Amino acid sequence: MRTSIRNSLSDTMVMMERRLRHSFRSVDTIITVVAMPVVLMLMFVYVFGGAMNTGTGHYINYIVPGIILMTISSGVAYTALGVNTDITSGFFDRFRSMPIAESSILTGHVLTSVVFSAVSSFIVFVVALAMGFRTGAGIVGGLSIIGIFLLYTIATTWLAVMFGLLAKTAEGAGIFAYPLIFLPFVSSGFAPTKTMPGPLRVFAENQPVTHIINAVRALLAGQPVGNSAWIAIAWCLVLLVAAYLTSMYIYKNKTT
Amino acid sequence: MSAETAISVTGLAKSYKNLKVLDKIDFTVPKGSIFALLGPNGAGKTTTIKILTTLLKPDQGTAAIYGYDVVRQPSRVRELISLAGQDAAIDHILTGRENLQLIGSLRHLPNANAEVDALLERFDLADAADRRVATYSGGMGRKLDLAMSLLGNPRVMFLDEPTSGLDPQSRLTTWQIIKDLAASDITVFLTTQHLEEADQLANHIAILKEGGIVAEGTPADLKKLLPHGHIELGFTESRHLRAAADLLSRYKSHVDDPSLTLTIVTDGSIKQMTDILKRLEDAGVSVATFAQKLPTLEDVFLSYTGRGKQGENGHEN
Repeated sequence: MRTSIRNSLSDTMVMMERRLRHSFRSVDTIITVVAMPVVLMLMFVYVFGGAMNTGTGHYINYIVPGIILMTISSGVAYTALGVNTDITSGFFDRFRSMPIAESSILTGHVLTSVVFSAVSSFIVFVVALAMGFRTGAGIVGGLSIIGIFLLYTIATTWLAVMFGLLAKTAEGAGIFAYPLIFLPFVSSGFAPTKTMPGPLRVFAENQPVTHIINAVRALLAGQPVGNSAWIAIAWCLVLLVAAYLTSMYIYKNKTT
Repeated sequence: MSAETAISVTGLAKSYKNLKVLDKIDFTVPKGSIFALLGPNGAGKTTTIKILTTLLKPDQGTAAIYGYDVVRQPSRVRELISLAGQDAAIDHILTGRENLQLIGSLRHLPNANAEVDALLERFDLADAADRRVATYSGGMGRKLDLAMSLLGNPRVMFLDEPTSGLDPQSRLTTWQIIKDLAASDITVFLTTQHLEEADQLANHIAILKEGGIVAEGTPADLKKLLPHGHIELGFTESRHLRAAADLLSRYKSHVDDPSLTLTIVTDGSIKQMTDILKRLEDAGVSVATFAQKLPTLEDVFLSYTGRGKQGENGHEN
């Protein structure tokens, strides 16, 4: 039993190493993922920022949570692409006909996505610091923020795995990420929800991304988070469990 | 089952919804031999390979590798087999060496690096080993795919159409590699649409048509099933070729457009021969060349799979 646990860990590490090579060897991937949020950040702060009155001091402090969420969402799209390519290229069949820990195939993809999101978010975070972003969060606050983003990454990555398993083509696999990338626009990410018209405001105030952003924003400012943190965590956990179970079901019944 | 049996299949059946893909097939493959499953597209070849390599569960019947049941003991089976699927499953972003090391690590080989080097040498890939696979030719990719499948010394190799999409030179190289495998005591199970390939490589051939095995035996056995061979008619214009194919639609035939030839399977009797020539003569179709050919597996294939009838002529790949 012990060897099987060790083998399964080692298989997962091997799968992850392969995927990390994919992510960081094709430089365009990380540039694409980081460029969009950075450009948006520059535009929002320097073009619209002057006109924005969010009542929270420097506008960049207001938008960083939403920008980081967009970075993560556009990164997980590559997991869907990677899973799908492994199916269409015959890699899944090759791996599944080998004496390896079967869980390592998908887990390798998920762990890689976590590392990739961490690296790309860190780059965006550094740019934000250079643009004048400042936080009053302490160690506990910082760790809580990382925890929330981590949970969001894992949950959306399993969603990506699901779409990667279902999609007929690699082009189709990443499409699910677009709504995810744009959700922060219709949230409290860039403008206070109370400025939005009726139905839009109801949507914006109740969708999960708003709760995540509000929680992170409060933690960054060193203010009390209230209920939003728990609502945010609950949303992520529900998505995670649903996407994980669905993905595993599809995977087990998949005949390629 | 005998201790000398590598693969045994009994009453294997598989359907997708209402479509019967495999309809109770049986065969056994002795250890160290090359077995070819021959058939047109959609005959059930890949489905058979997927069941034997534990990727797909059969609806009925049993299949065993070295006596281990593919459904009940999949991990035992996976220790013994390796699969080279229809598309070379190679990672284009990694180098050739990294692809092999990936498999070596997953198989937990103690001397992976030495084995990887040996395989790179053996498959003539040492010079390209540290280049990304994206720069490889089709033939090199296929060789790497085979090398990856060989790593860890599997006892049974499954090759799904190992030469599809290869140029003639690479095909010959691949054939030689496969022959060498069997010489080194590995059992090879391959699928192919090409009779020549089965004839060249296999000790034993089974012809699969619409999910059932319609003929089985050594290449020599199969040739004996049709003692009289076929005749080949050459034309100078494709309208003559078409006209002749229409006139002779009652025979099993194969139209080859590029070479303007019509191949007709006959029983070798004077009666049929006369009938064929008379039909052409009466219709005034001008035939440029006429030749009687000795039986080949092509004839067996045509006569059992019924390809080459009207509407399908010349469209098989």
